[in-house]
Amino acid sequence: MIGIFSYLVFFACIVLILGVMTLGLNLQWGYTGLFNAGVVGFYAIGAYAHAILVTAPRPDLIGNFGLPWIVGIAGAMAASALAAWIIGLATIRLRGDYLAIATFGIATTIQLVTLNWDSLTGGAQGLPAIPRPLSTWFGSPLGFNLFYLGLLIAIVGLVYWALERILRSPWGRVLKAIREDETAAIALGKSAQSFRLQAFVLGSTLMGLAGALYVSFIGFVSPFDFLPILTFQIWAMLIVGGSGNNKGALLGALTIWGIWAASGVLIAKLVPPAYAAQGGAVQVILIGLLLVASLLFRPRGLIGEVPVVSRHADD
Amino acid sequence: MLAQSLADGILTGAIIALGAIGVSFGLQILKFANFAHSELLTWGAYLALVFVAFAGPGTPTAELSFGWQMMAAMLLAALLTGGLAWLVDLLIFRRLRRMGSHPMSLVFAAFGAALVMRHVVVLIWGHGTHFYTRELQIAIEVLPGVRMLPDQIFILGLAIVIVVALHLYLTYSRTGMAMRAMAESPSLARACGIEVENVIRWTWILSGGLAAMAGVFLGLTPQLHPEMGFSLLLALFAASILGGTGSLAGAVIGGLLVGLAENLSVFLIGSGYKTAMPFLVLLLVLFFRPQGLFGEKS
Amino acid sequence: MSEPILIARDIVAGYAPDLPIVHGVSADIAPGEVVTIIGPNGAGKSTFVKALVGLLPISGGRVTLGGRDITGRPAHALVADGIAFVPQTANIFASLTIHENLVVGGHTVRGDLRSRLERSYAMFPELAAKRNQRARVLSGGQRQMLAIGRALMTNPSVVVLDEPTAGLAPKVVGEVFVELRRLATSGVAVLMVEQNARAALAISDRGCVLAEGRNRAGGRAADLLADTVLAEAFLGGRKAH
Repeated sequence: MIGIFSYLVFFACIVLILGVMTLGLNLQWGYTGLFNAGVVGFYAIGAYAHAILVTAPRPDLIGNFGLPWIVGIAGAMAASALAAWIIGLATIRLRGDYLAIATFGIATTIQLVTLNWDSLTGGAQGLPAIPRPLSTWFGSPLGFNLFYLGLLIAIVGLVYWALERILRSPWGRVLKAIREDETAAIALGKSAQSFRLQAFVLGSTLMGLAGALYVSFIGFVSPFDFLPILTFQIWAMLIVGGSGNNKGALLGALTIWGIWAASGVLIAKLVPPAYAAQGGAVQVILIGLLLVASLLFRPRGLIGEVPVVSRHADD
Repeated sequence: MLAQSLADGILTGAIIALGAIGVSFGLQILKFANFAHSELLTWGAYLALVFVAFAGPGTPTAELSFGWQMMAAMLLAALLTGGLAWLVDLLIFRRLRRMGSHPMSLVFAAFGAALVMRHVVVLIWGHGTHFYTRELQIAIEVLPGVRMLPDQIFILGLAIVIVVALHLYLTYSRTGMAMRAMAESPSLARACGIEVENVIRWTWILSGGLAAMAGVFLGLTPQLHPEMGFSLLLALFAASILGGTGSLAGAVIGGLLVGLAENLSVFLIGSGYKTAMPFLVLLLVLFFRPQGLFGEKS
Repeated sequence: MSEPILIARDIVAGYAPDLPIVHGVSADIAPGEVVTIIGPNGAGKSTFVKALVGLLPISGGRVTLGGRDITGRPAHALVADGIAFVPQTANIFASLTIHENLVVGGHTVRGDLRSRLERSYAMFPELAAKRNQRARVLSGGQRQMLAIGRALMTNPSVVVLDEPTAGLAPKVVGEVFVELRRLATSGVAVLMVEQNARAALAISDRGCVLAEGRNRAGGRAADLLADTVLAEAFLGGRKAH
């Protein structure tokens, strides 16, 4: 009983962390129409920045400054914001799929850096012993997990509230106008691009935050936490949940991660260990088919935004 | 040392170029970044492997590590992969086009298709590596300080033949002209009586065939694994954007430059970051010359 | 006058099926005739001709070509049927050579294009001189010539043009109209949308006035030009230059 309960707490924590990323992606795609194909890259930047800032010093590594948790969180957000700003500066004015290609590139490259820059990232070994906030206060892992769950609920609540507010602000309305109406976008000219860039940077900052939250929950970071499949899962969460709707983004995170975890358990039970690789493949194929099917048969997702008449009729 | 890296770069570049042509077709004619293109390389390579498993790679001919069976396998893989590309279009992309979906929906769908295609390969052939042939080869000194395997020379030669043939096709055939017309303006192409779906079909088949050749070449130098195409995806995009989306020559030269950049970068930043070079090239191009080397400013 | 070849009756069309811009427009044209469609901005002129040539969906009404129902046939099939279309902007392939533009124009023609190419070059000698250059080098008037030459590659019985003189210098406008008149004389039916209403009507046999997606007036071009009320409303009230 306790086993199931602690698993559920753990599961909820992961869903909330992924939810932060999905909210970030929703700001970029759902509200601004920017295609980020490198979600995992910004997540990894946040995760590593946090780990490098807060972990206790080790003689063989450059980083590891032993700074407080909150500094790590801020640093993680700043680092992913900076990366997003550089990418955005190069690509935001170009056709949409170039942003997709460039962000895909940064994710690939970040993974290479994490694997190869041993003296900063610990290479393939990763960085262990990342301090978890207030973990000494709790006697059991479950106690800490419960505390962290509370913390995550507060953070997700704050992020959700803040996003809803800014999307209703004049800034958010301009964003939507730019996405919906080419003429408005052209009339705004350069400043339309700067609005897009701001949304892109803000969304990526949330992904960095999610990365930091993840490593300070798990206490360990390695390059293998940041495989390209994660980008895809976040996209599936947003599309299945319904882009352009923050509630949908969170619901999608719960749905997809639930399916993912459940199918993992099921496959582990059914498939003999010798075929574990094939079992994993089936799990990925399932998510892939789910996303394609969602695009074909339910393009608005579970709860999408209120439909708007398309202006792109002449395509 | 440098000369050897140049030669290796040209070989990698030729393979990248064959893949990048398909990516360029995607960007220009199909109007979306096809993230699933890399999986066509992988599928091409594995489809050839199926044929080789039945017929064997053949007795080594001349200095090569394989015989006519391998060449037949290439041809068959090219045809089948062309068909596969068309099938994926029928099942997914054509439906999305008909629904009048947002152009970016096609990019998503490509993402999904790529994932499924890649993991079906894992499902069928497993995670491990495969070889077409275990035949050992001795490198030949083609120029002072430059050694190449006979297979590599064959690949380079065949790649050149393919590119020249494709150039002639695009320049002189009616379908080739229609493809270029579609790339510039689909609506005017329709007004000229070009059946858009027809051109799209040919574009997929050609892209798939070229991708399969690139995939088989990758598999010959020296092995196959499920991520073989995927790991090249960024290089394909970089090459096609670097070359500029205007011409076949663009994709080919873009491919060669990216291949050279990868191989020469070893001298500067070490082999660990070799695969990050395409990204660096891509960012520089997008910053300074987003229309590519040979593209015109729109 | 001969029988109309192209007849459009009560056409309803628009960019999306549920949002019609054209609400039941009729028009017809006979071989050898030049018919001009005029009307204020937003009258649905462009939408109407694009629907005729199959580039926009028709949700109501009927189009016949030589007595055969062609309503809703796709654009490429209509080209093969003998209806050629010259769009308003971007009506040539700038990245293709002049020669290639003409070949693409004859895409639906089976067999040899050589004699048709030679005819186009004979008609527009300026194009012949630049046949292997990319079309982007051409001037505005030459582009229009190429667009018309391209449309003629299929030996169409009807040529539909959307504002063929938009953005051209006044001297070139005249040349284009002369060319269209000459085309009609050879037996082709020429249907065009024009903003240069007076000049266009001056070389037309008949005119057709659209407003708010409906037929407003129509008849012999000379009568339309003489109608002062109409001129006040739709021809800008000023005399031809």
